[in-house]
Amino acid sequence: MSPRLFLKFKGAYMSKKDNPIMSWYKKLSISQRQTVTAYLFLLPALIFFFTFVVTPILSGLFTSLFDYTTKKFEFIGFGNYVKLFSNTIFLKSLKNTVKLVVISVPIIVLFSLFASVVLYQKNAVVRSVFRGIFYLPVVTGTVAVVVVWKWMFDPYNGVLNYVLMKANLISEQIQWLGDKRFAMWAIIIILITTSVGQPIILYIAALGNLDTSQIEAAKIDGANEWQVFRHIKWPGIMPTTLYVVVITTINTFQCFSLIQLLTSGGPNYNTSTIMYLVYETAFKSPYRFGYANAMGVVLAIIIGLFSLIQFKLFQSDTE
Amino acid sequence: MKKLKLFDFVSMTLLTLVTVVFVFPFYWVITGSFKTRLDSLKLPPIWFINNPTLESWETLFKQPTLQWLFNSIFISVVTMILVCAVSATAGYVLAKKRFKGSKVLFSMFVFAMALPKQVVLVPLVKQISFMGFHNTLWAVILPAVGWPFGIFLMKQFSETVPTELLEAAKIDGCSELKTFIEIVLPIVKPGIAALAIFTFISSWNDYFLQLIMLNTRKNLTLQLGLATLQGEFATDYGVLMAGASLAAIPIIVIFIAFQKSFTQGITIGAVKG
Repeated sequence: MSPRLFLKFKGAYMSKKDNPIMSWYKKLSISQRQTVTAYLFLLPALIFFFTFVVTPILSGLFTSLFDYTTKKFEFIGFGNYVKLFSNTIFLKSLKNTVKLVVISVPIIVLFSLFASVVLYQKNAVVRSVFRGIFYLPVVTGTVAVVVVWKWMFDPYNGVLNYVLMKANLISEQIQWLGDKRFAMWAIIIILITTSVGQPIILYIAALGNLDTSQIEAAKIDGANEWQVFRHIKWPGIMPTTLYVVVITTINTFQCFSLIQLLTSGGPNYNTSTIMYLVYETAFKSPYRFGYANAMGVVLAIIIGLFSLIQFKLFQSDTE
Repeated sequence: MKKLKLFDFVSMTLLTLVTVVFVFPFYWVITGSFKTRLDSLKLPPIWFINNPTLESWETLFKQPTLQWLFNSIFISVVTMILVCAVSATAGYVLAKKRFKGSKVLFSMFVFAMALPKQVVLVPLVKQISFMGFHNTLWAVILPAVGWPFGIFLMKQFSETVPTELLEAAKIDGCSELKTFIEIVLPIVKPGIAALAIFTFISSWNDYFLQLIMLNTRKNLTLQLGLATLQGEFATDYGVLMAGASLAAIPIIVIFIAFQKSFTQGITIGAVKG
């Protein structure tokens, strides 16, 4: 229905003076009316939010206390949580997840910052071409990107082994994705290429918004490039850095598609992350839903802690 | 000054070299889809197309690819429309109205955004099956609409609507709905455009949600279909490349066409907020 038509309908409906809803509305004070209107505008959002976000969160918390499978639903208190921390596969996945975050987040943030500092004063065309290129893997989509990387890493038909063997750097084919020494690094490399796009966009915008007069003044006072960066630009983009760090950390913690598509957590759970394990526990036999939910809750708590620490660290740095 | 020029030159060279890693997958996918099966497996790799052929594309379309393409488009378009409608109204009210519970609601939205989506994985699937949507396209659309990112973004944009304008409208006796449609919407239109593109791209590429919600072959999306083909056509790279091109090209075209709007969209929440 077009907005105009809708207004017409509404007008006709509202004009009835004896309408009980209207007469109730008229009796309200101005601030009460504000509240009613506000909630009417919010209604669609709230319906979706409560049905598909809040309810699942609560029910996830609740069912994590149950031995819950396709056959059973039995209250076991914190049983799932206790079991988790003696489960070697879970602990391995936890270690992998943290490793993934600790290695890739700093690289992603530093590279984005570096690229943005170099690019932000270039002319608009150069800037937007580079920005577009760095965003390309995000737009292309993980599944399509993985098709190419899988070929590159293919031990027999792939280009990586071919080049390395031609250069006499290796003597036999390496199973990049099947060898526990390399599999995680292969994932990290792809993860980095699919993650720097957004931070670069944000940093370029943030640097562009900086107050240029301050930078000019510092330069006239004889500050060198590094001093200008350290004492003016860096504090100026601190809120963006905080945002980038937190968002990248959250996203990396949730790394899933790459792993599911490239290694399915293998070899022997060496690339499994908590997110991947949640998926495997819940959607593969024996379908342990309660157990999977408990893992999800633990992951949420860890992410929460990391974000909190980052906020504290960067906040003290801004002051 | 000389040192600075050198730094700039070295950095630009470095960045340009690095772009190869970003552009190559895209280039390889498109050229690969036009190579013969033998050519796509050859080592050393054939960097350009020798004997262009459409055989991979033909094999690809023997699969229910058109159905997948339709599903992807349907999911992205409907999600985009719903997200924009829901977020524009909610964002406006949160930015411009004072009412009981507004602070609590807003913190709830922000808190939910910080939570990893996938924590609610199992309950979400249960919820969707309970409502009878499992393995339908709505199973992917509805949860994406519940995600409050759009509300957050539209709140940021709605802050720019001048309060005096809203008050003037009220004095003139303009109804709330009319005020929203005739005054607020035109002002926040750039925000809606940005949100629309952002939502379209992210729901097109939301492999995870599609994976857990859809399972019969005719209900797959391009992303899922392509992932399935990877199992079936393990080393038939031509078909996989054709599939990957089909999944990537529409979205890249959209991205390039709307890059400005898009950039503005993902910037506003973070940089100015």
